[in-house]
Amino acid sequence: MRRAALILVPYVWLLVLFLAPFLIVLKISLSDAALAIPPYAPTLKDGIAALIRELDFENFVFLTEDDLYWKAYLSSLRIALISTVLTLMVGYPIAYGMAKAPDEWRATLMMLVILPFWTSFLIRVYAWMGILSNEGLLNQLLTWLGLISEPLIILNTTTAVYIGIVYTYLPFMILPIYAALDRLDASLDEAAQDLGCTRTQAFWLVTIPLSRNGIVAGSFLVFIPALGEFVIPSLLGGSGTLMIGKVLWEEFFNNRDWPVASAVAVILLLILVVPIVLFQRNQQKQQEAEQ
Amino acid sequence: MKYRILGGVAAAALMAGAAVAEEVRVYNWSDYIDESLLEKFEAETGIDLIYDVFDSNELLETKLLAGGSGYDVVVPSGTFLQRQITAGAFQKLDKAQLPNIANMWDVIENRLMKYDPTGEYAINYMWGTTGIGVNVGKVKELLGDDAPMDSLALVFDPANMEKLQGCGVHFLDAPAEIIPAALAYIGEDPDSQDLDVIGKVEPVLTAIAPFVQKFHSSEYINALANGDICVAVGWSGDILQARDRAAEADNGVEIAYYAPKEGALMWFDNMAIPVDAPNPAAAHKFLNFIMDAQNMAAASNYVYYANGNKASQEFLVEDVIGDTAIYPDAATLENLYTTSPYDPKVQRGVTRMWTKIKSGT
Repeated sequence: MRRAALILVPYVWLLVLFLAPFLIVLKISLSDAALAIPPYAPTLKDGIAALIRELDFENFVFLTEDDLYWKAYLSSLRIALISTVLTLMVGYPIAYGMAKAPDEWRATLMMLVILPFWTSFLIRVYAWMGILSNEGLLNQLLTWLGLISEPLIILNTTTAVYIGIVYTYLPFMILPIYAALDRLDASLDEAAQDLGCTRTQAFWLVTIPLSRNGIVAGSFLVFIPALGEFVIPSLLGGSGTLMIGKVLWEEFFNNRDWPVASAVAVILLLILVVPIVLFQRNQQKQQEAEQ
Repeated sequence: MKYRILGGVAAAALMAGAAVAEEVRVYNWSDYIDESLLEKFEAETGIDLIYDVFDSNELLETKLLAGGSGYDVVVPSGTFLQRQITAGAFQKLDKAQLPNIANMWDVIENRLMKYDPTGEYAINYMWGTTGIGVNVGKVKELLGDDAPMDSLALVFDPANMEKLQGCGVHFLDAPAEIIPAALAYIGEDPDSQDLDVIGKVEPVLTAIAPFVQKFHSSEYINALANGDICVAVGWSGDILQARDRAAEADNGVEIAYYAPKEGALMWFDNMAIPVDAPNPAAAHKFLNFIMDAQNMAAASNYVYYANGNKASQEFLVEDVIGDTAIYPDAATLENLYTTSPYDPKVQRGVTRMWTKIKSGT
């Protein structure tokens, strides 16, 4: 009885916070846009019969007819993928350094990684606008150092989006990798060296494979939210940065077409299901391995 | 300071709570009022004023059409007002509660009739034009002393834009403002509702889009004032605010505003009361407060936009009433055009074209 109740809790949670909103979005994606409050038809007020009769997949067909949408999905996938790799390249050495640091430093280092969360995400992104703009801190510094004569144009380009995503999601990469490295038995590394590995070989052949779970977890934690990212591309990105989050916003706000916006969101969710399932599997394997 | 300036999301969350003290919630454009007026309203009426801001009509419309926005007073522009009236988003004003309506200016009221034909739903707050803001020094440096700063050619001729590119050009992220301007540039009717005619501006805009640093509807005020960009296609008062901020900062940046000689869009921002406003009585008090001649003058003196209030004109400072960029002379007024809302099919075509222009896809 108690066991059933315990299992019930996460299911109710999923039902209320995931399935119900998803069904609402799905329903809107099958409706037609209208100039009314709310701006689509039919609604529940029209009765269940009308609802069933008038819902159709027209909006999904529309998405296939215009190359904008799949280009935006592809471009988002590319940006999310590149950002994830960059975050890993920056995050891994930091996590490695933290794991190798003396015990008394670790709490402080951990604190430093989490510290940025104390300031609003939006303010930190705005701070990057101040750093990267033409007359911003970075360009002033480089000009002062005599490294450049013309300001570097970084803000409002895709480069700035990468910087923003890497910066924002770095803690999500560092923490799981650190957790994996922290648990690593240092004697394995020593054994590898005793058996003839150089330090570099030991790192690539022993440390990296053993921290694989941390790398996978960190990568998914960065990739999944980066794919649907809206705030960073809209603040730091330029007009050429095509991301599905922005397309969705335009459908919703500029076209006032909630049904098409919902259809875009439903497909984004379907695309996300793949990495989420992979992530889930990885977690499960890890748990089984630990048992 | 009792009033709060909040992000939209936070305000929506707070709205769920029951109001104990009497409150009025106003949703206005960003940088669009002298904030001391908000304190004055609270002192005069004893009503708590919750003041929240937005920077795009689309955002406002989405909240209104979702229903239950929780706002008592909102400020849509003309074409949006018209569409929202059709959607049933507003309640009729009770003019008995608005004695100060006698202060309003018939010239503007008549033009507003295009959007609110019966004049029952809205009062004009501010009006202005969409034009070009330039960093005079830098533009002359790049294009020479005879740079066509008063012409749309400055921003629609790729030759000019290529030279200005490195210095930075911002455009409003508002197809309903930029497309009419491009139509005026190529000599078509800026108020065209025909997708074939509207399509003619696509090559014009596509040619200059790579040189536009950003399409955004509020960042250009600071960017112009700080000297981060050279040119912005934006709203008159915003550019004049940038001019003022630059002058105050004394940073050597000189900003000027031009309503293009090929014609400029004249727009109206209007106050209306949503149909589901929680406190319509307080909303009327706020409208009446704003229509007070001295209050309206204070707002215009602060934001550098013209208003639709005749009686306020005697309280306007010379900088505002005497500046033809704000209160255009008769000849310029003649040269201003207005636009009508797009129907959903044309709107989709326009948005699609806009995305294509901006992203190349």
